[in-house]
Parts: sequence; C-alpha cells; structure tokens
Amino acid sequence: MEAIANVQAFTALGIGIIIGLGANGAAIGIGIMGARFLEAAARQPELAPMLLGRMFLLAGLIDAAFLIGVGLAMLFAFANPMLASLAG
Amino acid sequence: MASEHGASESPTEYIGHHLTHLKVGQGFWTVHVDTLLMSSLLAAAVAAFLYVGARAGTAAGAPSGLRNFVEMIYEFIDGQVSDIYHGNRAFLVALALSLFTWVVAMNSMDLLPLDLPGSVAALFGAEYFRVLPTADLNGTVAMAIVVLFLIIIYAIRAKGVGGYLHEWIAAPFGNHPLLWIPNFALNLVELLAKPVSLSMRLFGNMYAGELLFMLIALLGMAFAVSIGGISLFFGQIIVGTVWSIFHILIVLLQAYIFMVLPVVYISMAEEHH
Repeated sequence: MEAIANVQAFTALGIGIIIGLGANGAAIGIGIMGARFLEAAARQPELAPMLLGRMFLLAGLIDAAFLIGVGLAMLFAFANPMLASLAG
Repeated sequence: MASEHGASESPTEYIGHHLTHLKVGQGFWTVHVDTLLMSSLLAAAVAAFLYVGARAGTAAGAPSGLRNFVEMIYEFIDGQVSDIYHGNRAFLVALALSLFTWVVAMNSMDLLPLDLPGSVAALFGAEYFRVLPTADLNGTVAMAIVVLFLIIIYAIRAKGVGGYLHEWIAAPFGNHPLLWIPNFALNLVELLAKPVSLSMRLFGNMYAGELLFMLIALLGMAFAVSIGGISLFFGQIIVGTVWSIFHILIVLLQAYIFMVLPVVYISMAEEHH
C-alpha cells in the first residue's frame, strides 16, 4: 500500500512540474514573440496581416513542446505505467 | 452507455472509459477500429464536399455560395504553397489541400458533445468509440510517416540517389572523412525530428483539448452530488463555452501548421548544398 501511495505522490508532483515548467516556457516565448510582432506592426503597418499569419504559425510551433508535455502528464495522471508495473 | 453514468461511476472511470479506443487484436497488432473508421469516413466526406463544391453553380460569371467557398479554400492554400515552394507546385497544392481539409475535418470532431458519439456507437454494439482520429497517436504518426517518405522521395528526385546519399555524409560540416560521422548523426536527427515533432504536436494539442472537454463534462456531472453544486452546473456551461471557442482556433491553427510544415520540409529537401 505504501509503495502505491509513494508512486502516486511522486507522479502527482511530476505532473505538476511537467505542466508548470512547460507552461512557463511557452508563455514567455509567446509573450516575447507577440511583443516583437506589435513592434513590427507599429513600424510597418502594411505588413501587419502577413506578420499576423506568421505569428499564428509560430505560436503553434512554440506551444508544441508544452502540449506534448501536457499529453505525457495526462498519460501519467490517468494510465500511470509505474502503477501498472507495480500492480502487475 | 446511459446506464453507466451518474454517481455509480467514479470520475476516473468516466475519463478512462472515454479515453479507451475500440480495439481489435492484441499487442502490436492492435487495430484502433474507431480511428480507422472515422478517418476514412471524414476523408470521403471531405473529398465529396470538395468535388461537389468545385462543380456547383454555372461555369460562367462570378462564383457564389458553395463554389465560392471551395475556391476560397483553394486560393488560400495555393497562396501559402506558392510563398514557400518555387517549382512546379501542382502536387504540393493537392497535398496541402488534402492535408488541410482532412485535418480540419478530423480535428473538429472534438467539438461534438462528449457523450453523443458514444451513444450512437452503443446502438451498433460498440462499447468504446473515440471520434477524434487525430487524438490517437497512431493517426498522426501515420500521416507524419507519409510526409517523411515524401521528403525522402522529393530529395532523391532532386539530387539523385547518389547525390542524396553523398549529402548525408557531407553536409553540413564539409566533405572530410573525419566529419562523416558527425554529419551523418546530425542529418539523422534532423530527418527524424521532422515527423516526430509533426505528429506529436498535433496529437498533444488534440489529446489535451479532448481531455479538457472531459474534465469540463465532469464538472457538470458533479453538480448533482454536492450542495453548492448548482454553481458547478453553470460553471460548466461558461467554461465549456469559452474552451469550445478557444478550441475552434486551435483546431484551425493546428491544421494550418500541419499543412505548412510538410510543404516547408519538402521545399527544404530539394535545396542543394
């Protein structure tokens, strides 16, 4: 029983760290990119629509690693392989 | 399906039930029937939609309605591809059009009410049914592997087999026997990173979105179980609405990225060093 509680506790902590640090990086990255976009749009307003399209593309790329982390964290939350090997 | 809901099923079981695929076979040969079925159906539906739309209305005069819509999509994708690839882009525009419309169709299955597909599938006797093919890693990796093959084929077509193999050991550092191994390692990582990142990006986004919808549904289900729970019911409506609207953006954005990146990779594959 204690082993299971141990595994669950550490898994929960791990999930928190994965999602927290990932969100940290993604948010800061998008913030910096958005700031540069606003600067560029202010300097050259005629380029703003083209830059907006590029910005969305980059937003998707920046979010990629974070969301892969979220997917992995959800795997640990609902189908924990550590618990499975403990039970089996 | 309906009889298993309510207080008798714990939240973890509810989510676990909604995350299980309809499987046939065991081990390595497990086949996710629901993914295959939904992706084929949606591909056929999208193809039929584009086919009918391209022929709607009369040939003369300004297009309107369905034909206008289909032409808009085509021109958007043609513009994107022509920005990136500067050769004969007929095949690439067809590829990009297929990828974009198909991935949008598959992703937007996420916006259906959560228990609705399960109820329909239960009528046909299926205990589990996940309608989102792109929230299945098998689905996205399959598409990414096809993109990988296309990258290699385009590279070989542009440089020849000998030229392509020479580039594996000679680029990017230079053609010196001592640099062959670092070159090869770097090229291997670069080539493998493309389909892996492509597939996992789409999978992660759709899986996380789907999971959040399930958690929001749980929020609403919990309202019957506690005294202050009536606020949870309205909370579910508000949060569900907000997340659905945001998810529409994510659906379109991820489909756009999944279309643009293969075109970028293929045009990079044709570059000579």
